[in-house]
Amino acid sequence: MEITGRKLFVKALLEEGVETLFAYPGGMITDIMDELYKTPDIHVVLPRHEQALVHEAEGYARATGKIGVALVTSGPGATNTITAIADAHSDSIPLVVFTGQVPEALIGNDAFQEVDIVGMTRNITKYSVTVKNRHELGRVIKMAFHIANTGKPGPVLVDIPKDIQLQKGSDEYPDHVEIRGYKPNQSVHIGQLKKAYKLLRSAKKPVILAGGGINIAGANEALTRFVETMNIPVATTVMGKGAISEEHPLYIGNAGMHGRYAVNQAIGACDVLFSIGTRFNDRITGDLNEFAPHAKIIHVDIDTASISRNVVVDVPVVSDAKLALQKLMEWAEPMETSAWIQKIGKWAEENPLAMRRDKGMSPQMIMEGINKVYPNSIVVTDVGQHQMWASQYIKLTENKRFVTSGGLGTMGFGFPAALGAAEGLRDMGKFGEKQVVCITGDGGFQMNMQEMATAICEKLPITICLLNNQYLGMVRQFQQVFYGKRYEITCLARRLDCPEQCKGPNPSCQPYVPDFMKWAESYGAHAIRVTDQEEIESALTLAKKYTDAPTLIEFIISTDEIVLPMVKGGNPMTEMILK
Amino acid sequence: MGQMKNRWIALYVENEVGVLAKVSGLFSAKSYNLQSLTVGTTEHEDISRMTIGVASDDVTFEQIKKQLNSMVEVIKVMDLTNVPIHMKEVLFAKIKRVGPAEKEEAFRIAQVFGIQPIDIGEDSVLLESTLTERRNDELVKILRASFKHIDVVRGGAVAMEGISTSCR
Repeated sequence: MEITGRKLFVKALLEEGVETLFAYPGGMITDIMDELYKTPDIHVVLPRHEQALVHEAEGYARATGKIGVALVTSGPGATNTITAIADAHSDSIPLVVFTGQVPEALIGNDAFQEVDIVGMTRNITKYSVTVKNRHELGRVIKMAFHIANTGKPGPVLVDIPKDIQLQKGSDEYPDHVEIRGYKPNQSVHIGQLKKAYKLLRSAKKPVILAGGGINIAGANEALTRFVETMNIPVATTVMGKGAISEEHPLYIGNAGMHGRYAVNQAIGACDVLFSIGTRFNDRITGDLNEFAPHAKIIHVDIDTASISRNVVVDVPVVSDAKLALQKLMEWAEPMETSAWIQKIGKWAEENPLAMRRDKGMSPQMIMEGINKVYPNSIVVTDVGQHQMWASQYIKLTENKRFVTSGGLGTMGFGFPAALGAAEGLRDMGKFGEKQVVCITGDGGFQMNMQEMATAICEKLPITICLLNNQYLGMVRQFQQVFYGKRYEITCLARRLDCPEQCKGPNPSCQPYVPDFMKWAESYGAHAIRVTDQEEIESALTLAKKYTDAPTLIEFIISTDEIVLPMVKGGNPMTEMILK
Repeated sequence: MGQMKNRWIALYVENEVGVLAKVSGLFSAKSYNLQSLTVGTTEHEDISRMTIGVASDDVTFEQIKKQLNSMVEVIKVMDLTNVPIHMKEVLFAKIKRVGPAEKEEAFRIAQVFGIQPIDIGEDSVLLESTLTERRNDELVKILRASFKHIDVVRGGAVAMEGISTSCR
């Protein structure tokens, strides 16, 4: 039977099991929207900005493990998605982003709302394509879904000209697709893995560095069983947080720029570093010449291009993390590592990860409150100081997940991603049983706070923990430590009539805008302001009770609070600034 | 990181719009040093073959191959650096504003290089060369030294693996 392109589009979504679609209207997708009107099985969410829309799809993908699906119009609708697509590309989040395009006959004419979105997104997607013929529409959509969620996952963009949406053609949607240039690795080279195992087994001071690949592959249990058998301490990257329960005795903490002192020392001193699912980002390695200088390095990664790019590796293994760990488990036997683990414990005692507790509310106290009140939750952060505090003090267990913008560091990610995660929980039937907590800052939150409308309309009871320090704190921290407290354009309360130069908050400061309480209430959200540590738990407990709408808790924290320990960019990771 | 060397890759890609942009875009996005890139269709009209010359160290070259391999539109990556290949480049050189003696010189140079004069005018000669890239470099050097007014156009190297040959 012959059907229109738009009908086939909707059929494809249904066959791919798409339950929720994040979509923003526009001239070049009105025909598809009309088709969606007749499709009650797909829940269509209307965000308030296309960047937030794609972040929502990212949060959804992270919460469900499914592909996040987005639909926007041509031109500005398409360009608004770019930051979020780049974010998904950096953090390997599977997305399919559909963009409307002007009719083929107009392409290249600088038509109204025409941009070359495929050209613009070519190197921030796994695959980006304009559908050129109605007869290939089904195959291209199938390819998009296949590519997005196989191998190293990532975003795929499909650009559909308006005339193709209307043209008639086959009603068939293929159930599988062969792509001759795309054969993701689905096995592991046993010889190479054996070599890795032998090297690991020979170690006296081994460390496992687990990255985001563990969480993506769902290899958490496999990793836990493997290290329990082998007695090897596990460090994580920020993206790898939660790879193993943080209450596990073999877990030693986060590595990297704001990681734990003990972990960076352990990596600096280890003799074998077994890295799995991490690309050795500069935030993890610091000075490459000083990274794990005494270690033989094993690197397991699904992406061949990630291996031996930043760090020269002794034993490379191309594999899915779960597959490799399951195979390794067949050989695993206990190692004698107690002296080494004690040594790491000593480092941890020397310089424990902790903030001051003497004068008022600290970010650590807020994170501890969240740990206590929200044991079964998805914690989503924005980008900045609060993100690093969350990465340090939010304790992940089997029931808790951590969603953050790690690779690109996209401010404005947190709130919409939390919203998407909540939509995901609803689709999984876990709404109510599991909560979504968004930890954000006053800077990042303002980048996408228009999504409060979406959260209200979608009835998503997210708890937003907004840490307000009146500044763009992460950069302010640089200014405080490295730039002589010259706080250029980082104060969010600054007004035109402020003195030209300012060294920080003082009695003549003018009120902060907006008043987040009035702002939240104007949307019909719940709003609580917390200024004292005694109120943390009661505020969080109250927010958890509100199940009809989001709650914004604004924590007024001290401006001078900085993220410690820290390593100056480009320095060795063992040289940490501790106070 | 090893030493900078000239290396060659043959790349089979889907013969589709945007693939050339994607491949060349990789080189600019990642700051790889692209020296030459030629492309044309193969015996299969839906597959193109590119010959790519890069100058890079060992580590970067490995990355380049891996990055190319990871592209959906790339069907096959072949490293031609250490394989016996036949490699030629088309070059046209127009020698202008010359008198009879200089014309003679142009013919002599053509003879020594084993290339053909393919067009001639009152005061100009057009040479056509299909030599290796390096030999063409040498030809251009000599032409520039011998004549004041020349126009040179080069097509970039095209290569195919050898059958019986062991040289390049």
